[in-house]
Amino acid sequence: MISWLANPERFSRIFTPIRPYIGVAAALMFVWGLYLCFASPEDYQQGDTVRIMYMHVPAAWMAMAVYLIMGIASFFGLIWRHSLADVAAKAAAPIGAAFTALSLLTGSLWGRPMWGTWWEWDGRMTSVLVLFLFYIGYMALHAAIEDETRAAKSTAILAMIGLVNLPIIKFSVDWWNTLHQGASVIRADGPSIAPDMLWPLLVMALAFKLLFVWLWLVRIDTELMARRYRALRARLSFAEEGN
Amino acid sequence: MLDLDMGKYVVYVWGSYGATALTLIALTVASVAAHRAQKRKLNALQDESRQP
Amino acid sequence: MKAALALLKRDIGLSWSRGGGPILAVGFYLTLMAMIPLSLGPETQVLARVAPGLTWLSLALASLLSLERLFERDYEDGLFDILRGGKLPLEAIALIKCLAQWIGTGLILALLTPMVMIILGAPAEAAGLSLVAAVLGSLSFALIGGVGASLSLGSRKGGVLIALLVLPFYVPPVIFGAGLMQAYLTGAPITQALGLLGAYSLFALALCPIATGAALRSALN
Repeated sequence: MISWLANPERFSRIFTPIRPYIGVAAALMFVWGLYLCFASPEDYQQGDTVRIMYMHVPAAWMAMAVYLIMGIASFFGLIWRHSLADVAAKAAAPIGAAFTALSLLTGSLWGRPMWGTWWEWDGRMTSVLVLFLFYIGYMALHAAIEDETRAAKSTAILAMIGLVNLPIIKFSVDWWNTLHQGASVIRADGPSIAPDMLWPLLVMALAFKLLFVWLWLVRIDTELMARRYRALRARLSFAEEGN
Repeated sequence: MLDLDMGKYVVYVWGSYGATALTLIALTVASVAAHRAQKRKLNALQDESRQP
Repeated sequence: MKAALALLKRDIGLSWSRGGGPILAVGFYLTLMAMIPLSLGPETQVLARVAPGLTWLSLALASLLSLERLFERDYEDGLFDILRGGKLPLEAIALIKCLAQWIGTGLILALLTPMVMIILGAPAEAAGLSLVAAVLGSLSFALIGGVGASLSLGSRKGGVLIALLVLPFYVPPVIFGAGLMQAYLTGAPITQALGLLGAYSLFALALCPIATGAALRSALN
């Protein structure tokens, strides 16, 4: 099925009509989610700050999920020459970077009332920071290489190495954290999540996912149009030279 | 029903929701604007190519 | 095998004859060492605490320096097209060039590490371990650096782009290396940290030439 989708025309034919519905679904999910976020009770330990979790955790999940998607798409693009996969990876990157930055920002805002500092060098925040650097590096490499085919190949290699290294980095950061035990022992999502809080979290997570898919489809389409533009441009100037 | 009083955590909670809204809206606007701009460019070039 | 050794010798010789070899990296390493107390204050107690960590950081940064030129000259001179036709696969060429980088620059920095760490105030008994650790760490830095250098080949963004790409991957060896020194100095067991540092070097040895070879192949097409 994946190779069946490699044809950009076919991909656009299938997904362009679906796209608006996904966008609407995302918007509806956000509305419902926001209602649930504020209708849910305060946490007896964290008070109202627990509501920040409903933003922070889905953002963090997406940050990691998008990188996984980028890595897999890069793999298909590089190893199996799946032409749409390169586009998919490139399109996903800025969205993932935005989610990562958001998760860092909300994490900081959650941490301040909880732990008293604007930033806590614990295992998770530090790993997410490194993940953010991965995204920035990926986008910087794409921007630095002019030839599109080569840019796709090089960034694919980078994304795949990044994916392989992420667990190692996460492990090393956690190891580092236990070594320097000054860090706070309070787990950011509390001992366990009460069912009252699970619903807003899941709905917001779904909202984030749907938004990602919608944005991703929009950006893929933009990139495909850019490719057609470049190809048409090249054909036109070639024809002109022939006359 | 809707608990909108955040007490002393106002800055943090509304700050987070505000930042989220800002980021996601900005991302959406940027993506859609780029999409439209590219579509315009492509259509213009396609029209140009059809003229003799 | 003979071709491999010939390439190795050539590259090490080149790095010494053109551009003064490791002088640049050594100079940078020592400059960082001098600037650390300038930014933190000369109090021995403060410096002693940060000496291992900041030495490792300086080692990582100094290793970044010569990466830009790792493949650039041969790429622009067209040497790669000749090398490609030869007996050695691109992955082997990549490995040899990174090893040459390590032997020519990285090992020199590693040899200086005990001195740097002691000047910054770490106790002298840490010297031996810091040498071992620096040898392992600088190998990782050279191998990972090769990936960064090959990915950004031909892009005119040079050194800073390579640094941005490569530094996140330097995180594990920096953590393990600095952690190893901390453990030793606080009397904790060092086997785990040493093992992790060695394991990462082996991992880099296995993975990086493949990635570098693929990136070089893409750059040459």
